[in-house]
Amino acid sequence: MSDDRRYIISVLVENEFGSLSRIAGLFSARGYNIHCLNVAPTNDESISRMTIVTMCNENKINQLMKQLDKLVDVVNVKDLTDETHIEREMLLLKLKCNKGQREELKRLVDIFRARIIDVTDTTYTVELTGASEKIMAFVSSMGSINIIEMVRSGALGISRGKDSLENIK
Amino acid sequence: MKLSGSEIIIECLKREGVKYIFGYPGGAVLHIYDALFSSNEIKHVLVRHEQGATHAADGYARACGKPGVVLVTSGPGITNCVTGLATAHMDSIPMIVISGQVSRQYVGSDAFQEADATGITRPVTKHNFLIDSRESIPEVFKKAFKIATTGRPGPVLIDIPKDLTDPKIKIKFEYPKTVKLRSYKPPKKEVTTKIEEAAKILCSAKKPMIYTGGGVILGNAHKHLHSLVKKLNYPITNTLMGLGGYPATDKQFLGMLGMHGTYEANMAMHDCDVLLAVGARFDDRVTGDTEKFCPSAKIIHIDVDPSSISKIIKVDLSLIGETSSILKDLTKSVEKFTRKIDKKNIEKWWKKIEKWRQRKCLGYKKSKDIIKPQQVIESLYNITKGNAFVTSDVGQHQMWAAQYYKFDKPNRWINSGGLGTMGFGLPAAMGVKLAYPKSEVVCVTGEASILMCIQELATCLQYHLPIKIINLNNRYMGMVRQWQEFFYEGRYAMSYMEALPDFCKLSSSFGHIGIQIDKPDELESKMNEAMSNKNRLVFVDVITDQEENVYPMIKSGQAHNEMHLSPTNEETELA
Ligand SMILES: Cc1ncc(C[n+]2csc(CCOP(=O)(O)OP(=O)(O)O)c2C)c(N)n1
Ligand SMILES: [Mg+2]
Repeated sequence: MSDDRRYIISVLVENEFGSLSRIAGLFSARGYNIHCLNVAPTNDESISRMTIVTMCNENKINQLMKQLDKLVDVVNVKDLTDETHIEREMLLLKLKCNKGQREELKRLVDIFRARIIDVTDTTYTVELTGASEKIMAFVSSMGSINIIEMVRSGALGISRGKDSLENIK
Repeated sequence: MKLSGSEIIIECLKREGVKYIFGYPGGAVLHIYDALFSSNEIKHVLVRHEQGATHAADGYARACGKPGVVLVTSGPGITNCVTGLATAHMDSIPMIVISGQVSRQYVGSDAFQEADATGITRPVTKHNFLIDSRESIPEVFKKAFKIATTGRPGPVLIDIPKDLTDPKIKIKFEYPKTVKLRSYKPPKKEVTTKIEEAAKILCSAKKPMIYTGGGVILGNAHKHLHSLVKKLNYPITNTLMGLGGYPATDKQFLGMLGMHGTYEANMAMHDCDVLLAVGARFDDRVTGDTEKFCPSAKIIHIDVDPSSISKIIKVDLSLIGETSSILKDLTKSVEKFTRKIDKKNIEKWWKKIEKWRQRKCLGYKKSKDIIKPQQVIESLYNITKGNAFVTSDVGQHQMWAAQYYKFDKPNRWINSGGLGTMGFGLPAAMGVKLAYPKSEVVCVTGEASILMCIQELATCLQYHLPIKIINLNNRYMGMVRQWQEFFYEGRYAMSYMEALPDFCKLSSSFGHIGIQIDKPDELESKMNEAMSNKNRLVFVDVITDQEENVYPMIKSGQAHNEMHLSPTNEETELA
């Protein structure tokens, strides 16, 4: 649909058996896409935090937030999209680099403040963190440098200021 | 007190006040069955198919409001419950299904009769649990009952590995009084300013309409609804799930709305300027074309489930919470504004409604030669004086029962409205009869539907459940045939019921009484004969007009004011 846009939401769930499949199941059962999803434990070991990026319209996101909130395992949900928030993603990129391309790669790594974390005689592995657009820009700047493998963490989001998803309710 | 896992389960059920378990044994639950054997407080009802157990528990819950409880084995036991869980889930019915699982050391190894019960049932339950330690059994049960019965109710599954029910290992038992569920939060009380706003909108209406659903029945809100509707003197309609929420014989009641709703209810929906929706979810069978739904109405929606609000139809004001407490507060608030009600306009509105009513959209022509299905329901209504509990299956007979049996009280009309599950009626009637042994319980069914859970006739004999089955036998999957007549130029693909059994012989082979009625002039006397036999299950096989259709009908994609009336009805109007 034309009024679809990118939404980034944070979900706190009970760190219990089946929580992830409940959430994934809700997305597929109700016809939502998951552009990317990240899950990991928090400082409270009984709770996991997810960051989910999805494309949809305003009506659908309102429904989705309510449906997520209704799941018994979900402790709290928040739509970060229109809040002032910070987004980061990590990229690991394994590249095939011939001699002539090395200087160019180093230059790009500097510009994007990336780091080379592994080197062999034919490959370089680069680490980069940043907002998703920066990650995409870096990847597309590779030009003729051959990408062997690419891993992204998916977006992580946190709101600015003193708000916490962990003590809202 | 030291108990085994199995004994703990039985003890938890006792503490929750459970009187009946509907179940079927198997390897993974034999320890539990053994513990049940030595308990005499809880009565176990042995069904003949696990689907029957779920529908029976569901019918029990719908009739008396307490959660129905099911006990089944792993693998095929729990997969047979899926339809029953989905049926209860769609209609928000409180239910607890306990399924055995293979022992923990075998989970995930494709062991004999292993099925991923929590995985399979996740989309058709409100919540589910896989128990992983003996110690957590009491807490899980406490949570399960709380989740099933509070907020918007629903079915909860508890899957328990066999080794945790081992009779030899006993641990200390204590049942928690309360249980903390930080992530489960039924709605808080709605703010008074919003209730006042709703009262103001209601009292400023010129052409008001009230539309209520299953949420009024589940929320036990019928009394408060009645006071509000009486105070306002506004028209009211019920959904298929909401019938009985408001007395059907009251003059303010316009009948059911929606696809097979009355002319007056649907026309009033289309024309109204303020719509109050209570415990209803704007199902597509109710709204018709959503683009043309109540085009000029301000809509107020009361519901316990925030995710029901503006899901299908955008509403102007929402009041979230228990329907009973909100209706009570709203009624109080309305008192402050009743003098603002434009009585003249309301009178005009009622006049318009009376005109629609005069169309008598449920009129039909009787025949000397063949019994009309509608007249069977009317006869049933007269004989039972409207006091019976009526369960139904799915099809034309369900719609005729809903249209012609006038329910004055809640919890009496028991049908699978959301999922539309054929096979629901008979087992549901068993559950109802157990909840109310002294009341009349009737299952209105069709010759196709009844065959889907016919095995439960044996259960009815074993537990002496003298229900009455009224089979509207049109030799067709009537509802399917009707759609084929309307939308497929009369090509009746696979909807003719060939090779039907002799239902009278079939019932008597199960130890019951069968009566066939095929002549209109014998209908009353034979129906009376069947209904007056209080101690036996009577299967009444009524041979009805084969090609009768359900009217009025809104075809999909059409609006409330684009109803099709029955041919006889169209004629009377033109004349
Ligand atoms: C389990 C299941 N399968 C299929 C359907 C689709 N369906 C709806 S009504 C109907 C026909 C029901 O026939 P019958 O029980 O004879 O009732 P009638 O419409 O003739 O009154 C069918 C097949 C359904 N609702 N449930
Ligand atoms: Mg039929």
